[in-house]
This record gives sequence, structure tokens and C-alpha cells, in this order.
Amino acid sequence: MSIPFQIVVCGSIVPDPLQTLEPVTGSGAPSLKNEMMLPAVLDPWAGHALFEAAHLAAKTPGSKVWLVSLGPKAKLQQVMMMVAQKAPFELVALDGPASGFCDSFETAAALASAIEAIPGLDRARLLLFGGWESASRGAGSTLQMIGERLGIAEQFQGVDQLTVRDDGSLEILERIEGGQHQVSVCAAPPAALGWATGHLPEPRNNPQVGMANMRTIMPALQRSKPAPLPATGLCFASVSLPKQQRETRIVKDLSPEEIAREIVAWVKED
Amino acid sequence: MENILLLAHTETDGTLAKPALEALTAALALGGELTIGLVGATVQPAAGQVANAGAVRILAVCGDAFAAPRYATDAAAAEALARASGAALVLAPSTSRWARAIPGAAFRLNGRVDTHATNLAIRNEVPAVSRWFYRQRMEAVLTRAQRPWFVLLDAGCCEPWSGEPGAATVELLPLEVPATRTTVTGVQSPKAGEQTIRPDAKLLFVAGAGWTKKQSDGAVHGAEAEGLIRGFLRAANASLGSSKSLVDMSGEGEAVLNFMSHLNQIGQTGATPRHAKGLSTCCHGEEPHVVGWRFITQRRAVNLDANCGWARGKADVLYVADAFAVMRAVNRLMA
Ligand SMILES: Cc1cc2nc3c(=O)[nH]c(=O)nc-3n(C[C@H](O)[C@H](O)[C@H](O)COP(=O)(O)OP(=O)(O)OC[C@H]3O[C@@H](n4cnc5c(N)ncnc54)[C@H](O)[C@@H]3O)c2cc1C
Repeated sequence: MSIPFQIVVCGSIVPDPLQTLEPVTGSGAPSLKNEMMLPAVLDPWAGHALFEAAHLAAKTPGSKVWLVSLGPKAKLQQVMMMVAQKAPFELVALDGPASGFCDSFETAAALASAIEAIPGLDRARLLLFGGWESASRGAGSTLQMIGERLGIAEQFQGVDQLTVRDDGSLEILERIEGGQHQVSVCAAPPAALGWATGHLPEPRNNPQVGMANMRTIMPALQRSKPAPLPATGLCFASVSLPKQQRETRIVKDLSPEEIAREIVAWVKED
Repeated sequence: MENILLLAHTETDGTLAKPALEALTAALALGGELTIGLVGATVQPAAGQVANAGAVRILAVCGDAFAAPRYATDAAAAEALARASGAALVLAPSTSRWARAIPGAAFRLNGRVDTHATNLAIRNEVPAVSRWFYRQRMEAVLTRAQRPWFVLLDAGCCEPWSGEPGAATVELLPLEVPATRTTVTGVQSPKAGEQTIRPDAKLLFVAGAGWTKKQSDGAVHGAEAEGLIRGFLRAANASLGSSKSLVDMSGEGEAVLNFMSHLNQIGQTGATPRHAKGLSTCCHGEEPHVVGWRFITQRRAVNLDANCGWARGKADVLYVADAFAVMRAVNRLMA
């Protein structure tokens, strides 16, 4: 038995991890130096959530995937050009900051309102997906608060696997301590799942999927509502880069045995 | 100082694990009136453990329904304890269990939450949280006006509280078990049956994709790589980390290093563990990997390439050498 799912994936954009980031503080919330100029990518764990959603939808006929994304409209557009080729989805865009310094409480409020406004969304069949942590704030708290706002109390975090069982129930593997997974069975949707890496490789670009997606992505971006995210009550006393550089001793002329002796002595010292 | 609630869940034997005792140290250091809130199937052993910590009250939600980590029951328990305590600050260890449930509980109290705190201390007379942003690339100190303020403290940031156990009075909160459609059925251990992730180990051993690449003889030596890595992990009792490239390969079904998974991955989209030392082998040391080393104090690397990322101020020592030869010799010496 496979009941079609309505899968809403929450995912935004983050600076490309290969970029050097520098904080800028002043009046108001901190930001990143040249934030609007930095190349951006789909937030990686949210990306895994999207690929898992698309995979599940493809296996479960009648299912549908939405990607709800809050970020600066122009940057969203750039990233969506690439993401569109990966998996079929309908975009719901919110024009606002994607900064790590925004509060998850406010982000969750904006995203939950956008989800509530999706026409025809059947909340009884809703699977709310997202990354378990963003690469910007890294808080792992947004999805829970969206879930609360939508009345979803079946929630899972650090998800690596979702299996729909014959009776329609969901078996879910969540990351726990010590490299283990907790196994749970959720009788039926709605449920919220914060994805870790999952099991799927990044899908290859598919220009046909891209073309189909772009037909809805551009109007969605044009329609995107402003979501300014007030940071009431949150105050940053400082933001600083770590003292990064170590004095690296580069050892080139030792034999493997000599290196091994050094390493073993180092491993054994307290 | 405002009133503080320390939230802790018990282990299967009813006691508190190290992360909870670390959070207790942090809570006591703030100096406010402390309530301890316990959740679990049984809580009396935990209450006895912290009887002499100086808490004014020990509250608990307990029963079989609260044994297994599960959002619906844990969020309800945390919510009930926070309400009953009336605390302005709610501190909890950042375990997978609390990380799942606390943000929802904070929402229900119209509070705010900060996770992955590395410090919570009084600064200019108000509590301030230190935490990292952009995957450990920058550290911020922040304060909040809203209360209750829930803070999840990362493990390894404080010494665990220790004190004599004693007799404790526990106030049990009557809490109706919330309706839930979720049943926790068990725990799955890593494939190949070997525990390679050891958060308490002194040493992190990182294997990179180089272990699976063609070597100077033009061949791939997957089996030897596996033997060397496993041998070293056992001898040094080290925790095993990996680069993304290496586990992505295993994920895609290549027959190499099958005992590793994405759970071993360190970095931007992996873990950021805390260990006193880290030894990287056959890993290039690119920034998305090395951000996961933020809390590794001493760092050494073995790489054939003298210009790899580790050479650029990311490691204390870079040995330019063949990791196969080095680890063969290391394992001989460790035996
Ligand atoms: C969005 C995003 C997120 C990412 N997240 C992560 C992450 O979380 N973690 C992560 O690790 N990476 C991450 N990356 C990937 C990262 O940029 C690198 O591609 C990756 O870390 C490279 O892995 P590697 O060093 O093992 O492999 P390679 O770059 O292939 O390097 C292999 C190394 O092995 C060395 N070598 C080969 N044979 C030997 C030998 N016999 N002895 C000694 N040395 C040898 C080579 O000199 C080389 O330096 C991410 C990238 C992106 C874009």
C-alpha cells in the first residue's frame, strides 16, 4: 500500500564552503563581508532532504514535492538554476535574509506561514523535510518549531533513512551518539524529518527536469513575499574568527620508521 | 541571577551520563537558584547522584513512556518541567535526545533556544552564550532578552560535576503521556559490527580518499588499507574519522573501506568531534574538511603532497610520506 505523500522540504542557501568567510559587525545583526557577492549553494543537508524527498515521491505515485526557501531573491534565483536540474519540485520562495545570524524562531514563523499558505496542501499526508542543521546557523532548531506551528508532534532529527513499510507506516533511522542509529516506527504522516546525509548520491543534472522546474520557479520568485525576520531581543556581543594559523612543521626527510617513532611517541604522551 | 533549570534525561540504569554532569557544572557556575529536572523511566539513581549539588528542588517526569528518546514525550516532559520550575534559563546537555526535543519545548513556552553552546557565562551581569556559526568558522557571543531561554551545551566544554551521592527528595510531576504515533523499536549499530566512533577517545584518526587511490605501483591496495586502519584503531583505541570523498565512495558501492559510513565523516557536512589529538592520513586537508577539526587540539598529518592543505597552518606537523609505509611501521611499534 502506498499512499501519496505531500512532501514539503525547507531549505535555503549558504555560502559555498570553499569560500573564506569574514564577519562584519556594526549596528544591528552581524553579517558576512561581501555577503551578496559570495557564491552560494543549496544548504547541503537540506539538499539531501530534497533528494530524499524526490526519491520517495518518485517511488510513491501521486506524491508531490515543494521546496520552501527563504533567502535574498536574487541569490535564490542563482542557486535555483542549478538545483532545478536535480529533482522535480515546486518552489515556494520567501524574500529575506539567509544569514546564520538570524534567529531560528523567526525563520520558523516565516516558513510555517508560507507552508500554511500552500494551496491544496493535504496536511494529513504531510512529510515536513529539512536539513537537521544548516551550514549557516547550524542550530538544528528551525524544523522543530515549524513542526510545532503546524501541529506536528512526530518529529525526527539526524535522519539517515526512511522506509515506507507495507502497512504504510514509516520506519526511520536517526543518528544518535557513538555512530549508532535509533530505529523508530511512525504509524502514519504527518511527520517532520530533519535529514542528515541519507543514502543517496547527489542526482546528476537532468536538463528536462530543469526545464520543467523553471516554468514554476521564475513565477514563484516573482511572487515571493518579503520576510524581513526581525531579530528582537537577540544581541551579539562579538563575532570573531578563530586564531587560525598554526606554525606547521613540514617534515620531509625522515624515513617511514623514523616518522612512525615520532607518531607513536606523540600518541602515547599525555 | 535568574533562576535556572538543568534538564537531564537518565540513562537506562536511571543514572546521569557525563554530558548531563558537565551541564550541571555550567549551571552551578552561573550562581542562580538551581532546579534540576529529570526525565526517564527511573530517576531516583540520578537524583541520588546529584543530591549534594546544591539544587533547591529536584523535579521529575518519569515512567516507561519516558524511557526511550522520542520527540512527543520528551518535548512534553521538558515543557512540563520548565513550566513547573518557572526558570528563566533552562540549560541542558546537547545530547541527540535533547537536541531533538528542546527546540519544540522552547517554542511551547514562547521562549528561545540556542544550541551547540560552547560556553554559558555571566558577561556584563547577564548570561551570555558562546557558539560557532557557519560550521565552526566564526565564534560569537550572544545574549537574549526573551525568557525562558533554553541553552543546549555541547559535550566536552566543562568538567563533569562530581560530588558525593546522597538521599534526594524528588517531586514527581503528574504528566499525562501525550498521544504519539511513534514507537522506538531499537538501536542499530554500525555495519561490520565494529564500533569505530569513540567520542571519549584521546585520538581521532582520520582516513582520507588517498587510501583507496592508485599508489606508486599503479595498483589500489584497499585490503591492506583496511587492515592498517583497523589495526591502528585497535592498538591506539582511537576514534575513526573520514573525509567526505572517502565515505562518498563507500556509499556508492565501491568495495573499499566498507566499515566506514557518513557517520564517520568529519567536516562541513560531517561531525566536529572533540579530541585531544588528531592524526590525518591520506586526506588533503581542504577547508570543508578541516572546519570539522575545530575542537581537535593537537593535529598531525601524513600526506605525500608537501603542498596539501595541512601544510598551510592547519596542522602542527605534516609528515610528507607514504601513509601505507608509515602506518605499517606505526602498527609494528604499537603491537
Ligand atoms: C558542500 C560541500 C561540503 C563538503 N563537506 C565536507 C565534509 O564534511 N568533510 C570533508 O572531508 N569534505 C567535505 N567536502 C569535500 C572537500 O572539499 C574535499 O573534496 C574532501 O575533503 C577531499 O577528501 P580527501 O582529502 O580525502 O580526498 P582527496 O582530495 O582526493 O585527497 C587525497 C589525498 O591523499 C593523498 N594520498 C594519496 N595516497 C597517499 C599515500 N600513500 N600516503 C599519503 N597520502 C596519500 C593525496 O596526496 C591527497 O592529498 C565538502 C565539499 C563541498 C562542496
